[in-house]
Amino acid sequence: MNERFEILVVGAGPAGIAAAVSAAAAGLRVALVDDNPAPGGQIWRSGSSQPAGARRWFAKLDASSVTRLQGWRIFDAPTSGVLRAESDGDCRDLHYERLILATGARERFLPFPGWTLPNVMGAGGLDAMVRGGLPIAGKRVVVAGTGPLLLAVAAHLALRGAKIVAVCEQAPLRRFLPFAAHLLSEPGKLLEGIEYGMAMRGAKLYTHCWPVRANGREKLESVTLAQNGKQWDERCGYLACGYHLVPNLELPALLGCRIEDGFVAVDNWQRTSMVNVFCAGEPTGIGGVELALLEGQIAGLAAAGRTKEAEKLARRRRRKLGFVHALRAATDLDPELKKLASDKTLVCRCEDVSFGALRERGSWRDAKLHTRCGMGPCQGRICGAAAEFLFGWTVDSVRPPIYPALVSSIGRFVEPVQIAPEISHFASASTQAGQQKETL
Amino acid sequence: MRDTWDVVIAGAGIVGAACALECVSRGLRTAVVEGRGIGGGATAAGMGHIVVMDDSPAQMALTRYSQTLWRELAASLPANVEYESCGTLWVASDEEEMEEVRRKSAVYSEAGIPTEILDSQMLAEAEPQLRKPLAGALLVPWDAVLYPPCAAGYLMAEALRLGARLYAPRSVLSARKGNAVLDDGTELHAAHIVNAAGVDSTRLLPELPIRKRKGHLAITDRCKGFVRHQLVELGYLKSAHSLTSDSVAFNVQPRRTGQLLIGSSRQYNDEEPGVDHAMLAAMIERAQQYLPEIGALSTIRVWTGFRAATPDKLPLIGPWPEDETLLLATGHEGLGITTSLGTARVLIDHLLGRETEIPIGPYLPDLPARFARVEANA
Amino acid sequence: MREPARSLTLHVNGVSVTVAAGTTVAAAILIAGATTRRSVTGEPRGPLCGMGICFECCATIDGASHRRSCQIVCAPGMDVRTL
Repeated sequence: MNERFEILVVGAGPAGIAAAVSAAAAGLRVALVDDNPAPGGQIWRSGSSQPAGARRWFAKLDASSVTRLQGWRIFDAPTSGVLRAESDGDCRDLHYERLILATGARERFLPFPGWTLPNVMGAGGLDAMVRGGLPIAGKRVVVAGTGPLLLAVAAHLALRGAKIVAVCEQAPLRRFLPFAAHLLSEPGKLLEGIEYGMAMRGAKLYTHCWPVRANGREKLESVTLAQNGKQWDERCGYLACGYHLVPNLELPALLGCRIEDGFVAVDNWQRTSMVNVFCAGEPTGIGGVELALLEGQIAGLAAAGRTKEAEKLARRRRRKLGFVHALRAATDLDPELKKLASDKTLVCRCEDVSFGALRERGSWRDAKLHTRCGMGPCQGRICGAAAEFLFGWTVDSVRPPIYPALVSSIGRFVEPVQIAPEISHFASASTQAGQQKETL
Repeated sequence: MRDTWDVVIAGAGIVGAACALECVSRGLRTAVVEGRGIGGGATAAGMGHIVVMDDSPAQMALTRYSQTLWRELAASLPANVEYESCGTLWVASDEEEMEEVRRKSAVYSEAGIPTEILDSQMLAEAEPQLRKPLAGALLVPWDAVLYPPCAAGYLMAEALRLGARLYAPRSVLSARKGNAVLDDGTELHAAHIVNAAGVDSTRLLPELPIRKRKGHLAITDRCKGFVRHQLVELGYLKSAHSLTSDSVAFNVQPRRTGQLLIGSSRQYNDEEPGVDHAMLAAMIERAQQYLPEIGALSTIRVWTGFRAATPDKLPLIGPWPEDETLLLATGHEGLGITTSLGTARVLIDHLLGRETEIPIGPYLPDLPARFARVEANA
Repeated sequence: MREPARSLTLHVNGVSVTVAAGTTVAAAILIAGATTRRSVTGEPRGPLCGMGICFECCATIDGASHRRSCQIVCAPGMDVRTL
């Protein structure tokens, strides 16, 4: 089953929704593809208490002519102008003239003793699970790591009845405060701040603090926290711990987009270095929802040829770019976090590779070959960011499939551009074999 | 800076590492130069099979000899080398291929390799996932699989433990008349220099008739028990045999992790490391013809590699006629893992003036005569 | 517009569990008190990322293995098996 679109948008978070809606409003044939059961990405994940802005955009999306491909995961770009997606055993090729990548970001996980225990999750991870129906009312939760996600998650969980025992931000107070002020300087954020305050009565906020150990036998029972040389245990049922966000660069990299300083390089129209490929939102710089919405709209309009309308938004975007840098500075990781893992602490969860085994290797490639770190189904998405921070390795090289896919999907035939004699010879041989199979 | 050695080996892939261990075990002062990482070239990309092949008597001799050496070493190999004596099933899809099975069985018996002929029913019991009916198969129980980067790592670690020295990451820029010059200016003076650089061998010796033969592989997530033996179609020999055309041949391998390794493809004239989707599709389709349910397995990774191929499908082992200080141990195509130990033993026996346990003649780089014969027969 | 609250019943490792409509299979596994998987060295594991990236939530759903359960919504009568 194939489909042809003028504009294909990958990722139905804020940036993708804004891009799709804007391009469709300009009269183009647009498709929005996303691997989750429902749109919203991570920050607007369905389940409860979606902000008013999210509901407005969902309504626009529902009212638009955008073709919705929900539950489809892009795993390959077999030829120019085609993305290949898989869903529940089915595989399809999506043909496009212009592509807008809004693949978002994922959490950065840093290993520490006990981090592999059940009920230790990412901050966004636990939030997603709760939105997906995990009961949290009455449960004791520690939220830890770094970044604005922590407060948002803590507040949401508190609204759902969780007992937030502590929120532990690794940044020291002097770095956290200016950032918090920046958050509060935006009117929408101020309101959120008040809501946070109300929801989190009784929760303790610690800065320059992080978990050094998760304790429990078959699952989490308590967390050992450290702050300025002091350590203490907090009894809890869940630890929601994530160290800010890293961009999802696999699809942009597969397509050949230039990556600069760890993010997809784009111009003021959100154009990447590859012709007809745009990128908006977190992959171009971690900047939050409002920036993502602006960039999505710019990309959608620019891809649709509406450059004048895009220009107005581009000016607003430029004013907001300072937030990206402020956020980056605020979430800078304390070097002490490199010392949390002991030799026995696992870094690669797919293949159970320890910190001690990795310490002996010289590069990411060397580690992959000799320890199997990064060779499991997560393809290094969980352990790679940790390895970059812990060892200073560059985690690179992208090959299809960028997500695990069925053998039948990766073996899907490709329209040959040029048919070399040997290949067409094979093609006829395989057809014979195929016919032979049918008669068996 | 000048260092003096008995042997300097260019390349720490499986062949170079095997040579290093052989040299140092025989008391030779040995240095190894590696630019990319131990076991990082074709060694890292390949299937890791130890398989006896009878495309020619010389190939049979070397693979059989080398398999014996691997079997002797097996007990010493650490767990991360994942050595598994799973055996190979050469699968016959029709009566013509069963004739080939019977012929092969006789040849292997002659060489002292135990085999068993499986009929259609026995094959179905041995490997329930294979499509039915197939004509049967030849079981070669002494064949094995292992994880090549860690095997090269083990051989190198043993060599270092016994006193070999590793220069890494460094590459050899030139190797002539007992003098190897590295990319940082270091000069290594050696009685002999071994070119074990695989597809990079032509950088040191452009005259070598070695071509890159691209291959694709895919590995699945854990599916323990899906297949129990290495499975190869008899058409594999035709695919490996052909010197010019692109081809695929069914070849899958169970790993100790429970993952399934899926191959194989061969292409000349493509030096791009990127995945060739048409070849990949062809390879997968071929696999589906033998294992109808394989499509439902989850693939974690797909990658490519380059085999160092010679015109007569035999490696180059021995002194380079124009400069006898230069020794070759390269051009192993798809049999590098299998024949690494045999290559090292034969090469060093010959170097030390000892009688080799198999005749070295067919592998000597006796150019241009050796390949002129091939061209004449082509 | 609010959907009427509904629940449905599925089976996790043979045991029936009732969850609210819209619940993910990963959440259902935890509600049932089961572990989603054991690691290659036998450690018990649970969902980590909640977004289909970590593969800790993989389960066999209606016979299909290696399904990322955090991205799959429960359906009535679903058969879920964890390793």
